Amino acid sequence: MEPIRKHEGLVYPLNRSNIDTDQIIPKQFLKRISRQGFGEFLFYNWRFDSKGEPRSDFSLNFPKYNGTSILVAGDNFGCGSSREHAPWALQDYGFRVIIASSFADIFYNNCTKNGILPVQLTEDQISELIDQAEAKSYTITVDLENKRVYDNHNFDASFDLPNYQREMLLNGWDEIAVTLTHKNKIDKFEEEREFS
Amino acid sequence: MEMPKTIIEKIWEQHVVHHEEGKPDLLYIDLHLVHEVTSPQAFEGLRLNGRKVRRPDRTFATMDHNVPTIHRHVIKDQISKTQMDTLQKNCEEFNVPLADIHHPDQGIVHVIGPELGLTQPGKTIVCGDSHTSTHGAFGALAFGIGTSEVEHVLATQTIWQARPKTLNVKVNGKLGTGVTAKDLILAIIGKFGVKFGTGYVLEYTGEAIQSLSMEGRMTICNMSIEAGARAGLISPDDTTVEFLRGKRHAPQGEDFEKAAQKWKSLATDDGATYDATVEIDADEIEPQVTWGTNPGMCIPVSGNVPDPTQAKSDSEKSEIRRALEYMGLEAGQPIAAVKIDHVFIGSCTNSRLADLKKAATIISGQKVNPAVTAIVVPGSHSVKVAAEKEGLDIIFKEAGFEWRDAGCSACLGMNDDIIPDGERCASTSNRNFEGRQGAGARTHLVSPEMAAAAAIEGKFVDIRKFSVPTPN
Repeated sequence: MEPIRKHEGLVYPLNRSNIDTDQIIPKQFLKRISRQGFGEFLFYNWRFDSKGEPRSDFSLNFPKYNGTSILVAGDNFGCGSSREHAPWALQDYGFRVIIASSFADIFYNNCTKNGILPVQLTEDQISELIDQAEAKSYTITVDLENKRVYDNHNFDASFDLPNYQREMLLNGWDEIAVTLTHKNKIDKFEEEREFS
Repeated sequence: MEMPKTIIEKIWEQHVVHHEEGKPDLLYIDLHLVHEVTSPQAFEGLRLNGRKVRRPDRTFATMDHNVPTIHRHVIKDQISKTQMDTLQKNCEEFNVPLADIHHPDQGIVHVIGPELGLTQPGKTIVCGDSHTSTHGAFGALAFGIGTSEVEHVLATQTIWQARPKTLNVKVNGKLGTGVTAKDLILAIIGKFGVKFGTGYVLEYTGEAIQSLSMEGRMTICNMSIEAGARAGLISPDDTTVEFLRGKRHAPQGEDFEKAAQKWKSLATDDGATYDATVEIDADEIEPQVTWGTNPGMCIPVSGNVPDPTQAKSDSEKSEIRRALEYMGLEAGQPIAAVKIDHVFIGSCTNSRLADLKKAATIISGQKVNPAVTAIVVPGSHSVKVAAEKEGLDIIFKEAGFEWRDAGCSACLGMNDDIIPDGERCASTSNRNFEGRQGAGARTHLVSPEMAAAAAIEGKFVDIRKFSVPTPN
């Protein structure tokens, strides 16, 4: 997967809580057998009407957010289904960083396996980012090495994420290859369990 | 003396392959369940890297999400068919046992695992499906994973996991008559919210839990993920053991008795401590109906739809407003007055024989309201066959229900079983998210009994006041 160290990008604010993976990518688009091409279906039922025309009242369709790569949302982002199609769709659309006040566990994990950086900030910090990004074209920098999010003015916040995930994202490692360095231990575990 | 431990700690410690300070543990996986939707990219990953499935004998696949529930031999949707054909080819290529659409073991992955006895206490179980938590009912540590993790487990039979925090969900007292496991789990999520379990493994304890059947326990554990918990489990006891006795993949004869002793010893020790505890009184719980767009948005059937002006915060206010608008409901209206268009009895939450029997008891000799389209989708082919043996299909059909083949069906509408835009469904499934059952569809989650009664009345009724006809 593609490493992510520092990313500067346009913020897209989506001021909602409990955004579930059914909203991120509805079920009718889960039938493909590849990992590519899910971006056009991102937030499909919110972005498009029943005729497939873009809804003018859904903010991701506003021209000012063209080229966005940082999504900022409320609490419990990515709850519900384990579908990895959700991070695939976000990534294919162009998002590299998701900032939220909290994440659902499976979604969080799925992001880190795909080179998407999930950043947890406080509700106040989220509100500030959302206010800025709703008011104007707003660019921020997310620095994974130093675990900081900042803009060119006054916003500067630190964040945390488990070191394991941080290393994976910074290096873009193939996790299976890492695990296979422990192959002997897996072999031994199986032997001991099955013959005990 | 050893420190008392929770079942979660015991299972965890038995499965750690590699431990390093400051890192997640590398955890061994005993059983990997696979279905057609979240596996194709994982098998493709193996192929691209020249990797094999490490333990095909610890892997079991079926087709459930896409399968048609009528005329299942004719799959009209070519993309669905490709996805199912792909699973077939992958299982052949990698030697993974598969219960395909024509196989007598086919069914919803979380129904067939327990039914075949693949699910056992003390096992670590994963599947590329968030409702894998269902298997926790047996005292297994079972959780949903993404497709990258599916690939990882296929290749290594392990997964990297940070040691979870433990949360005791203590249910005091007994459930009242007509109040089911489904009402209990909805009430728990309603009370503590859709994310109280995030970062935890839940253990459900207390009298009300112990007195539940295995089917009821599966309903409870199934919806752990709707509280944010990847896994939720119940310590094994005699009920667990008796359910597994004689199941095909369970140990047989003397081995079974030995296994049963071992299973029961996994139960949480007296005096074990949890990182957190929440408590709820079972006797206060009424039959529940969800009114909104997540499973925490539920109220007793005697209750009124919430009023956003009474909300505690601005974000809650806007969330309620959005949900009411999507659901086409008025603030303050009694939920029992809401008319429904569809009833769906099925899903990994409530499609087992016991669920169907309970629903059949309610509708026996009655007719589905003319305004309602009602379907029953058994959780597995075996459930279907067993139900037909007991004549349940006749009861449903005579009442005006459609009797379908096994699959996930209208829980998420990946097949043709879709609720149309703007129509309202009383559903025994687990998610009332926007668009879950179809774009614009309005879902109300209820128990099988409540769904059955709603089919007859065309609206929600308090099952405790619903007069069940005496059988002839």
